[in-house]
Amino acid sequence: MSSVCFYFHVHQPHRIKKYRHFNIGQDSDYFNYKGNQGPDNEFIIQKVSEKCYLPTNAVLLELLNKYPEFRVSFSITGVILEQFEQYSPETLESFQKLVDTGRVEILSETYYHSLAFLYSKEEFWRQVMMHRKKIEEIFGVTPTVFRNTELIYSNEVAQEVEKMGYKGILSEGADHILGWRSPNFVYRPKGTKKIGLLLKNYKLSDDIAFRFSARWWEEYPLTAEKFAHWVNQTNGNGNVVNLFMDYETFGEHQWADTGIFDFLRALPEHVLAHPDNDFVTPSEAIERYEPMAELDFPFYVSWADVERDLTAWLGNPMQHDAIRKLYSMEKLVLGSKNKELIEDWRRLTTSDHFYYMCTKWFADGDVHAYFSPYESPYDAFRYYMNVLKDLEVRVLSPYA
Amino acid sequence: MPKKMRVLMFGWEFPPYNSGGLGPACQGLARALAAQNIELVFVLPKQLGDFREPFRFRFANVLNMKIAEINALLVPYITSQKYALLRSGMSVDGNYAPTLYEEVRRYAYLARAIAEQEEHDVIHAHDWLSFGAGMEAQDVSGKPFVAHIHATEVDRTAGHVNQYIYDREREGMYTANAVATVSDHTKHVVIDHYGIEERKIHVVHNGVLTDGLEYGRSTGPGFRQLKRMGYKVVLFLGRITIMKGPDYFIHAAKKVLEYDSKVIFVMTGSGDMEGEMMDLAASLGIADKVIFTGFLRGAERLQAYRDADLFVMPSVSEPFGLVPLESLLLDTPVLISKQSGVSEVLSHALKADFWDVDDIADKILSVVEHPSLKSELARNGKRQAQSCTWEKAANRCIQIYNCL
Repeated sequence: MSSVCFYFHVHQPHRIKKYRHFNIGQDSDYFNYKGNQGPDNEFIIQKVSEKCYLPTNAVLLELLNKYPEFRVSFSITGVILEQFEQYSPETLESFQKLVDTGRVEILSETYYHSLAFLYSKEEFWRQVMMHRKKIEEIFGVTPTVFRNTELIYSNEVAQEVEKMGYKGILSEGADHILGWRSPNFVYRPKGTKKIGLLLKNYKLSDDIAFRFSARWWEEYPLTAEKFAHWVNQTNGNGNVVNLFMDYETFGEHQWADTGIFDFLRALPEHVLAHPDNDFVTPSEAIERYEPMAELDFPFYVSWADVERDLTAWLGNPMQHDAIRKLYSMEKLVLGSKNKELIEDWRRLTTSDHFYYMCTKWFADGDVHAYFSPYESPYDAFRYYMNVLKDLEVRVLSPYA
Repeated sequence: MPKKMRVLMFGWEFPPYNSGGLGPACQGLARALAAQNIELVFVLPKQLGDFREPFRFRFANVLNMKIAEINALLVPYITSQKYALLRSGMSVDGNYAPTLYEEVRRYAYLARAIAEQEEHDVIHAHDWLSFGAGMEAQDVSGKPFVAHIHATEVDRTAGHVNQYIYDREREGMYTANAVATVSDHTKHVVIDHYGIEERKIHVVHNGVLTDGLEYGRSTGPGFRQLKRMGYKVVLFLGRITIMKGPDYFIHAAKKVLEYDSKVIFVMTGSGDMEGEMMDLAASLGIADKVIFTGFLRGAERLQAYRDADLFVMPSVSEPFGLVPLESLLLDTPVLISKQSGVSEVLSHALKADFWDVDDIADKILSVVEHPSLKSELARNGKRQAQSCTWEKAANRCIQIYNCL
């Protein structure tokens, strides 16, 4: 039996504006910028909604209505939900309609898409609980499966998440991590008793997310029929094909004119053409399939870049400097009981801020440059540190 | 084995007898071409000294004919003040201007004899001072002529061009079979302001010579005393003239010092605006934080780069701009103007519009306050500077020769 398990990552950070040294102590409005000279969060939400979220949600709703076996899951961060509420309520509504079908699962995670697990377990718990509450408010469901920011994972993450009561967790399934093992089974994380682990089938996931429109690829053009055939090939040596990707794959990374929407629309029919195939959500996969074996991840992995490690966020001295400074302020900020201060500090925990500071691919104008709203990783660092300085000024002089 | 390609190259100055960046650029390119199995003869207008290079030199004034020694300096970069005088119709330094033009004309005339004596396949001339020589050589031999633009009159004068020089530049490029420009920025100046057709223009980014940079450590105290006192050092190094934006540097210094008094600004170089810049620093009340070192050579110059926490090049116009690469090779990060050619090859640098004093000041403040920013910029920038080789530039030139 091959069950296809889709999980789409939906997230946009509150990007900070080009905040200069001279703004420190003068301007505490870090995230609101209007215009084309800096990151305009409202504009980005509306643009991506129009190109990706709304049209893709429409296709998914159409597929859910047409195929009773069809299932998908989402991880939607707290910070993007806030921005939908503020800038694009119709997009939020279209997600609610999907969840209302009962066949779309929402996963749990940190509200701010943060790296809190690595720096503060207490803050990690708080942000996960904040997210759970937000999901309950908006969608009326309680998540039972967890995925950490950017699929950052280790035994320790699984152990912590089991303590929080989750029955499953997601991670990356790259070769150099799995060795000879297949990502197409449910596993049991080392040091846990009940929790199930689902691993991204990076090859099939990336065939859609990265290679779909690549003309250099020998499989170009990718058709739903061909892809379903690859899924069928896992029959007999796996239970579940985990297709994990950024939701922006549809319409934003792969533009509509690449045929990505037609591909998605045609896929269920071809997958379901094989009598042994179906679709599952992560919690259904974990309920249905017993863990194949115990898996040991003593060190951190993620789904980023070829390295599949933490270096996209924590690979250079600037990134370490910035995050150390951020978490050194945790007690002071939370102790202030000042809601605005705490909210600003938490928005700064979002992992994207550190990703923008990554220098390892900058010279090649690679994926990091593409996703960054700043001119360089150095500027990303500068604006961030200026903002942190202002935050510090506010904490230390609450009456100013 | 195919015959070696023979290049007859015309320049105007050569290190250590140089007043600016043209000489070192010619040296770097000529050496790299010689290393690529090119037989190169480098022609200079007069005997400057004895050079040890892997190619031969010819000096136009050393011929079997008598020529009067010319007293004028060999100055490829005429300063902005002198331009102002020229434009107003006055002569500079007595009979300076006519002498320079006369010297250029004489060089062109003497080039004919050299072109007759030296067998060659390609003629390659650097900047307008040598274009006349290149054109005359072509007239003699009929071989293809490459006009190499290191700086245009439009760049040098921020738009207030001297008609005579502009005409010589245009004539050279118009006549040439191919034009090499040191950056995409310069290529567009050549298209937009000289009306040269795009298809014959090729961008050849300069390289940087790394030899000599490893040496010359520890020459006196430099700025180390200041650094021990907790000061950060921000360096300007270049001719103090309008094209280099020294006034933007001083205004940015003023802004930085309003927020952080432990920063010293060092201006290294000389030029027609030096006095004006001293006056400006004084009138802004920051004279105690701005140090003018005058022109530095050799080990002292390298020490200045090394001691600085940040190198700033706020050029109004900079066809290429070699100094940031030297700074990076000596482990000091750089802030460069977006209007410079070198910014096309350097991504691991801070960049600002030359006129945006606030942005320049903001970036200086970040570097002096965050050692992690300084070290990351320096580490990645150095690697990138190391990849800017003259070998790459020479290979581009050979491609151009082969297509003529």
